[in-house]
Amino acid sequence: MAGGYYLRNHLDGGDTVQAGGAKLSGIVKSPFSTNETQTSLQDITNYNNYYEFSTDKYEPNGLSKNFRTRPWTVAIDGMVKKRKKLDIDTIMKLAPLEERIYRMRCVEGWSMVIPWIGFPLNVLIKQAEPLAKAKYVAFETIMAPDQMPNQRSREVLDWPYVEGLRMDEAMHPLAILAVGLYDDVLPPVDGAPLRLIVPWKYGFKGIKAIVKISFTDSMPPTTWNKMAPNEYGFYSNVNPQKDHPRWSQAMERRIGEFRKRPTLMFNGYGDQVASLYTGMDLQKNY
Amino acid sequence: MKQLPEKYVRLLKLPVFVACLGPAFVLTWKGFHHLLGANPIDVITRTTGRWTLTFLLITLSVTPVRRITTMAWLIRFRRMLGLFAFFYGSLHLMTYVWLDKFFDVHEMLHDIAKRRFITAGMTAFVLMLPLALTSTTGWIRRLGGKRWQKLHRLIYFSAAAGVVHFIWLVKADLRRPLTYGAVLLLLIVYRVFLWIRGRLNSRPAAVQEAVRT
Repeated sequence: MAGGYYLRNHLDGGDTVQAGGAKLSGIVKSPFSTNETQTSLQDITNYNNYYEFSTDKYEPNGLSKNFRTRPWTVAIDGMVKKRKKLDIDTIMKLAPLEERIYRMRCVEGWSMVIPWIGFPLNVLIKQAEPLAKAKYVAFETIMAPDQMPNQRSREVLDWPYVEGLRMDEAMHPLAILAVGLYDDVLPPVDGAPLRLIVPWKYGFKGIKAIVKISFTDSMPPTTWNKMAPNEYGFYSNVNPQKDHPRWSQAMERRIGEFRKRPTLMFNGYGDQVASLYTGMDLQKNY
Repeated sequence: MKQLPEKYVRLLKLPVFVACLGPAFVLTWKGFHHLLGANPIDVITRTTGRWTLTFLLITLSVTPVRRITTMAWLIRFRRMLGLFAFFYGSLHLMTYVWLDKFFDVHEMLHDIAKRRFITAGMTAFVLMLPLALTSTTGWIRRLGGKRWQKLHRLIYFSAAAGVVHFIWLVKADLRRPLTYGAVLLLLIVYRVFLWIRGRLNSRPAAVQEAVRT
């Protein structure tokens, strides 16, 4: 398989390639990790929004099982010194892989604690050498209607899925590109082979199966914002004081828990990220 | 089987009753066997909600099916079907009151006033209440057939509010709620068609003659 190159470099001594993927090795722990109880792999992979496969959270795991993650290249595009295409196996070696155990808060009012494996997004951005005038980073998911059934219908969402971050948000050390989960290679259902994780924002900002990262000087369009601008803003920071027009965001149900718990500002990452939004009205810039 | 002897109607009632309890039974069984997935409360909410709407539509289909097939005895099952819509609706509401809001009245009132999909859902339930309460033979007698029937037309409004509730809560991809909406629309169109035909037929012959010429 095309991933052999990567497997040689990251496989455990035991050469165990499991159905779920391959064990990643040399993973470093991170001080950014939470010590809260982690959600089980079973729940993480079987309760997940991946609209390209299904609008039902229980279905994507089965439907994505045979999703091809090799060969895979990511286009670095837009306002950069030099446009290029990076192979996923090159990307996986840009930096030591870290375990980041993050809280994940879905805009629908549920949350999980997930041990991602990845590296800071800013490592890739530095590698991409964006021009000084670049103010935003835009991401794009693969367009593969032959593998992603819902991409055959425009009724679901406007494909391909696109997301974006302001440059300072993207450079923040908490923002990562994930390639693994629970010490394994990322399963297709969670956005393999490469996805974005921005733990202080609602889960839908974490775009999956990324094939393009481009740099721009204007705020890039984002899929859910295009779909319903009054419900989903560009920033989409977790904010218990800013209700979604259709439901309250004050509480959340942590998967595995019975009672709801209060949602924390910036999903509990306020100490690290609140300064990014100083002087901004977060009721307006939701 | 245009006519069904009374004893068969009675015999059939038990299996129909058990079948209607099926979804609740499956849900309970799965719940006790940890088969409801990562977010059981979400599954319970959605399942009871969907069955409420389904039973409302089944109840509304009894008359058209009865007329088209001329199986008059079907009417004998309508009350039970309607009460099952109310049963699933009550379970759905209880899931919200208990498992979602934990009896926080203030929070619920806030929700009902502010969130339009909750407003619609609550409307659908409240409209079902008088129907369930007056479903007994005693109440039909007390109200008189005509008035009782008029009151029970509320079921259309309840079903419509239920469909709107479903449409408003979906994030994207309206195909599922719109399917319920389409079935409801079809049932309403059928009723309107019957009503217009009835009006035309009930006119005195002379008037009908005049209309024709």
